[in-house]
Amino acid sequence: MAIKERMSGNEAVAYAIRQINPDVMPAFPITPSTEIPQMVSTYIANGEIDTEFIPVESEHSAMSATIGAEAAGARSLTATSSAGLALMWEELLLAASNRMPLVLALVNRTLSGPININCDHSDGMGARDTGWIQIYAENNQEAYDNFIQAYPIAEQESVHLPVMVCQDGFITSHAVENIMLLEDSAVKDFVGEYCPEEYLLNPGKPVAVGPYSVSNYAMEAKKNQEIALENAKEVILEVAKRFKDISGREYGLFEEYKTKDADYIMLIMGSAAGTAKQAVDDLREKGWKVGVLKLRVFRPFPAEEIAEALKGCKAAAIMDRCESYNGNGGPLGSEVLAGLFRHKVMIETVNYIYGLAGRDFTVSDVCHIFSELDGMVTKGKKPRQYQYIRLREQEAADE
Amino acid sequence: MRTDVTKINEKTPHEQLTEGLMMFAGGTSRYFNTGEWRTNTPVFHEEKCRQCLLCAPVCPDSSIPVKNGERLAFDMDHCKGCGICANVCPFGAIEMKEGVE
Ligand code: SF4
Ligand code: SF4
Repeated sequence: MAIKERMSGNEAVAYAIRQINPDVMPAFPITPSTEIPQMVSTYIANGEIDTEFIPVESEHSAMSATIGAEAAGARSLTATSSAGLALMWEELLLAASNRMPLVLALVNRTLSGPININCDHSDGMGARDTGWIQIYAENNQEAYDNFIQAYPIAEQESVHLPVMVCQDGFITSHAVENIMLLEDSAVKDFVGEYCPEEYLLNPGKPVAVGPYSVSNYAMEAKKNQEIALENAKEVILEVAKRFKDISGREYGLFEEYKTKDADYIMLIMGSAAGTAKQAVDDLREKGWKVGVLKLRVFRPFPAEEIAEALKGCKAAAIMDRCESYNGNGGPLGSEVLAGLFRHKVMIETVNYIYGLAGRDFTVSDVCHIFSELDGMVTKGKKPRQYQYIRLREQEAADE
Repeated sequence: MRTDVTKINEKTPHEQLTEGLMMFAGGTSRYFNTGEWRTNTPVFHEEKCRQCLLCAPVCPDSSIPVKNGERLAFDMDHCKGCGICANVCPFGAIEMKEGVE
């Protein structure tokens, strides 16, 4: 029996953690993720779960302790945002290369500077090549659902990699919405007991984790890690199928919203996908054939599947909530284009940068973008690439 | 199934390496001859030695074996030549010589 509730994204993730009752949670507070460890501490204080909470002195230590606990044989997790994730950077790579199936609840917030506490994806995108699986949520329901699916993905033998469960700071983490929760027992059965085969605190079966590796071995280890990330794609889909059986909710590598007959598709990630869907509904009423491809799994990157999903449209808007500072667009822009080219899908695309550091992104912005795509296809206009949406510009001010 | 790490070597294909290069065995540093790093070498003057055993526990590479309460000759496969033992010995029984022996 599903439970109808209303809660914020942070509450939803903390609730999922309570239901899973993991073994160890080292954490250090940072806006907007602070509520997660705070709420988990309350569950612990109330005796609802017996998770060992470690109040560490920094995020560097938070991730180190999470790795240590996981290596010792404990199901472990932490939560962070923005600069907290940046301070974990060194350990993020170690978590992945040591093949630790731990979970990190990331509440996306911009990276400084300028210093700012609001949402964009620059923290998650900064960690995109650390070897982690990254799953992004549109709303509190998805943050909850993705968190419950995280351990079964991470702990799968063919994967054994850490998972970052991402939700948009404030927009999702602090806004209260309706949510359907699962029964505690259903979550416990779904996630199961953690029984690692090899771990440090295993008397009589000594192991060394993360040993120094000479050049003759390091490259092979990296290849194996890359294969595990590729394996994750199939495992994510299998876990999603099992999750549908208990929840009725369907998940894939991405969601295709009214894309089947669409001339123009917006590829977007996170909470702004909801805004884009509203615009699609409005435009469809006026006869526009438009759709949204909402990317859920950013790592492993489903390049081939995206190319296949976009090949029928005339033009796509690729939406980045992150500036890459490479003079060539955002991370999604670069990776989607590379995927399209490799699979010889030669549609028109425009890369847009939106919502940096919490800048508004509205239904009318989406409509404007779709009409720009239409102008490109029907009137041969060439829109500016990786242009900023809602940027105050001299020209506009003078008009 | 535990991988027998003694069967892994520099010709092992990546598919047969352990996950995250985990080592499924204890005391494997014995196989790593840190003695190759040595540029200075401790020389043991047995006649000056009083078997006080101050040197053995300070050696970072466990290269001063102790048996039946007496220190034995240096383990040159693992001694890195750091000179800590020579500094600690109160009786001048350890002398550092330049070069590898
Ligand atoms: S020189 Fe250093 S490594 Fe060698 S025996 Fe003395 S203390 Fe140990
Ligand atoms: S410290 Fe010097 S005297 Fe004492 S046991 Fe070692 S070598 Fe012998």
